[in-house]
Amino acid sequence: MMEWLLEPFRFSFMQTGLAAAILVGVTCATLGAYVVLRRMAFIGDALAHTVLPGLVVAYLGGWSLFGGALAAGLLTALGIGWVSRRGAVREDTAIGVLFTAMFALGILLMSRVRSFRDLSHILFGNVLGVRTTDLAQMAAIAAGVLLTLFLLHKELELTSYDPTYAEVIGLSADRMRMLLLVLLAFTVVACIQIVGVILTSAMLVTPAAAAALLTNRLPRMMGLAAFIAIGSSLIGLYASYYADVASGAAIVLTCTAFFGVAWLIHSLRTRGAAG
Amino acid sequence: MNLFYGRRRYIDMVPNALALVIDRLTVGYSGLPEPVLREVSLTLPPGVRAALVGPNGSGKSTLLKAVAGLLPPRAGTILIYGRPVGACHHRVAYLPQRGDVDWRFPVTVERMVLAGRYVHLGWLRRPGDDDRERVQTVLVKLGLEDLAGRQISQLSGGQQQRALLARALVQEADLLLLDEPLSAVDVASRRIIDEVLRELRDQGKSILMATHHLERIDEEFELAFALDDGALRQVARTLPALEGV
Repeated sequence: MMEWLLEPFRFSFMQTGLAAAILVGVTCATLGAYVVLRRMAFIGDALAHTVLPGLVVAYLGGWSLFGGALAAGLLTALGIGWVSRRGAVREDTAIGVLFTAMFALGILLMSRVRSFRDLSHILFGNVLGVRTTDLAQMAAIAAGVLLTLFLLHKELELTSYDPTYAEVIGLSADRMRMLLLVLLAFTVVACIQIVGVILTSAMLVTPAAAAALLTNRLPRMMGLAAFIAIGSSLIGLYASYYADVASGAAIVLTCTAFFGVAWLIHSLRTRGAAG
Repeated sequence: MNLFYGRRRYIDMVPNALALVIDRLTVGYSGLPEPVLREVSLTLPPGVRAALVGPNGSGKSTLLKAVAGLLPPRAGTILIYGRPVGACHHRVAYLPQRGDVDWRFPVTVERMVLAGRYVHLGWLRRPGDDDRERVQTVLVKLGLEDLAGRQISQLSGGQQQRALLARALVQEADLLLLDEPLSAVDVASRRIIDEVLRELRDQGKSILMATHHLERIDEEFELAFALDDGALRQVARTLPALEGV
C-alpha cells in the first residue's frame, strides 16, 4: 500500500506537479471563500479571458508573457472595481462588460499577427509540465496573497457582509473590493499558466462552495476549502498516474465529488433539523 | 501605535459641544437633480433621545445617512460634538434598516458584535481579551448571550436588531443614529431596546431615531423632529402637537 502511494512521486515531474497543485489549490480555495460569498463565481473565468490582449501585446513587443498577462489582468480588475464603485453598475455586469471587451481586443490584436500558437500554452497550462521557475513564481504569489488575506482578515470580512457599517467607521468598502480584485488578478494569472483556465476557475469556486455548506464561520470555511483543494489535488494526481487520465480534469472532478458529498451532508442535516 | 481607518485622525470632541448641529443641510442622491432634504437645520444636545418622524419618503433615512457620512451634503454643515463628519468615526453609530447586512454570511453573532471594536483597533490590530470581555457584557445586557455562537441568519428580526444595537454599544458611540429599529420587532426585543436606549440617555449619549411608532412617543423621547417632503416642518417638544403627522 505504502509503495502504491509513494510510487508516482518517484518522478520529479509528479513532485513538481503536486507542489504546484497544492500551491494553486490552497491560494485559490482560500481566496475562493470571498469569491463564493460575494457572489462573483465567474470572476476566475472572466479574468482568465482578459489576459489575452496582454499576452498578444507582450508577444509582439518581445516582453515577458507573464508580465503582459498580469498587466492586462490588473487593468481589468481595477476597471471592474472602478466602473462598479458606489454601486453605479452592478459588479457582475461590470465583469461581463469588461471581460468580453478585453477578450475581443485580444482577438482583434491576434488577427493582425500571423503566428499566435505560442500563446496557447499560457492559457492551457499543464500541471505535470510545470517548470521550477513557474513554481517559484507561484510560491511567491501564494505567499503574498495568503499573507494579505491574513493581515486584512477583519476588514475583508466586515466589508463583505456589512459594507455600510464599514463606511460609517471610515473603512472604504470600495477600496477593499478593489484590493480583492487585484489579489484575484495576481492569483488567476499565476495559476492559469501552470494549471490552465478550468482548473483555476474550479479551484476558486468548488472547494469554497463545498466548505460553505459545512460550516458557519469564515476562517473554518477557508481552512476546509484549502483542505478539500489539497485532497482533490492528491486524489486527482493518483487517478491521473494509475488510470492514465488528464491530471487537471481529474483534479477538477475530484473537487466536484467533494462538493457533491458536502451537498449531501448539508441536505441530510437540514432535513434532520426540519423533521 | 494605531493605524486608524479613514483619512482623518482620531480627534477629541470639542469641549461642551452639542451632540449634533445641522445647519441648512441640503442632501440629494447623485443622478437626481432634486435634493431629498432642503435646508434642514436641527440641534441635538447630549443626553437626549430624539424621534425623527414623517411619512415614507420624507427624507428620514437620508438625514441619518448624511449624518453617518454615507451621503455628502450638497450644501450646509453637520457638526458632531463640534467636529465635521468623519473626524470622529468612533463616536457615531448608525443602525441601518435590516436590508444592508448580508445575513447569510458565515459570521456568528459574537463576531458581528465584535466588529464594533474595529474602529478603535484600526488596521492590523486584532481584537484582544479586553475587546471580547466588552462584547460579552453587552451580549448579556441585550439578552443575546445564549445566541452568541449562532450564525446571524438564525436570529429573529428582533434579535438581529438587538445584535446591531449591541455592536453600536460595543463601539461606545456617543451619537446613535437608528433607522426604524422597531419595525418587525417582537415585544420582548422592543422592551429590551427601549431599556437600553433609556440607559444610554442617562449616560449622556444622544439618540436620533427614525420611527413610525408614535403611540408612546412622549415616554420614549425627549425631543421630536418632523420631516415632511424634505423639509423640517416642526420641532415639537409638546408632543401632542405631533398627532396627525
